Amino acid sequence: MKLVRWILGLIILMAFFIANFFVYDGAIYAKLINVYLFSCLFVLYRVLAGPSAADRLVAVDIFGILIIGMLSIIGLAYQNDFFMDIGLIWALLSFVASLAFAKILEGRSLDD
Amino acid sequence: MIRETIGLILIFVGTAFDFLGVLGLVRLPDVYNRLQAATKCVTFGSAGILCGVFILQGFNTFGFKALLGIAFIFMASPVAAHVIARAAHRSKIALAPGTKTDQYAEDKELR
Repeated sequence: MKLVRWILGLIILMAFFIANFFVYDGAIYAKLINVYLFSCLFVLYRVLAGPSAADRLVAVDIFGILIIGMLSIIGLAYQNDFFMDIGLIWALLSFVASLAFAKILEGRSLDD
Repeated sequence: MIRETIGLILIFVGTAFDFLGVLGLVRLPDVYNRLQAATKCVTFGSAGILCGVFILQGFNTFGFKALLGIAFIFMASPVAAHVIARAAHRSKIALAPGTKTDQYAEDKELR
């Protein structure tokens, strides 16, 4: 059962990378953005199926750091720099939110 | 020409690190293992991508925003990871079944 799951995941990863880098005919930045969107699917799987609350908290914290790299590549593709503003504000809000949720998870109130 | 090559190489390396970090987030068995893999790899990957963007763009507003992003990530990400690990250990989330030792639970002063 474990071997079947491993081989299924390997087939999915190989199919995605071959289809992205060899079959899909687009610009180089579009291919990198596709890799990022595939990674965001994995993060959303961990948010939905995490066994405990800390798993979901880790996934949301990682998502905020992941999105700043993706938005900088989108800004390179469109030659615009206001995407970086969106990324910086998103990372800042994600940082503050993960601090607050960690404090709630620890069992203390916010003014402790 | 050489500047574009170095920038694209940095962006590719950063994307590979980000993808491997997210793969570790899905694959590893425990909260603490997932936190370690995801935080280290994703921080280094995003910092590499922002460094590549700075090399590609040079000293204009886009490049300075990328430098600001690197400084913010290197300050914010370890703090968030430390706080999450401490909260997870204090709220008694179980470790992976194959764990050998747990030094933080044995230390009486830190608790």
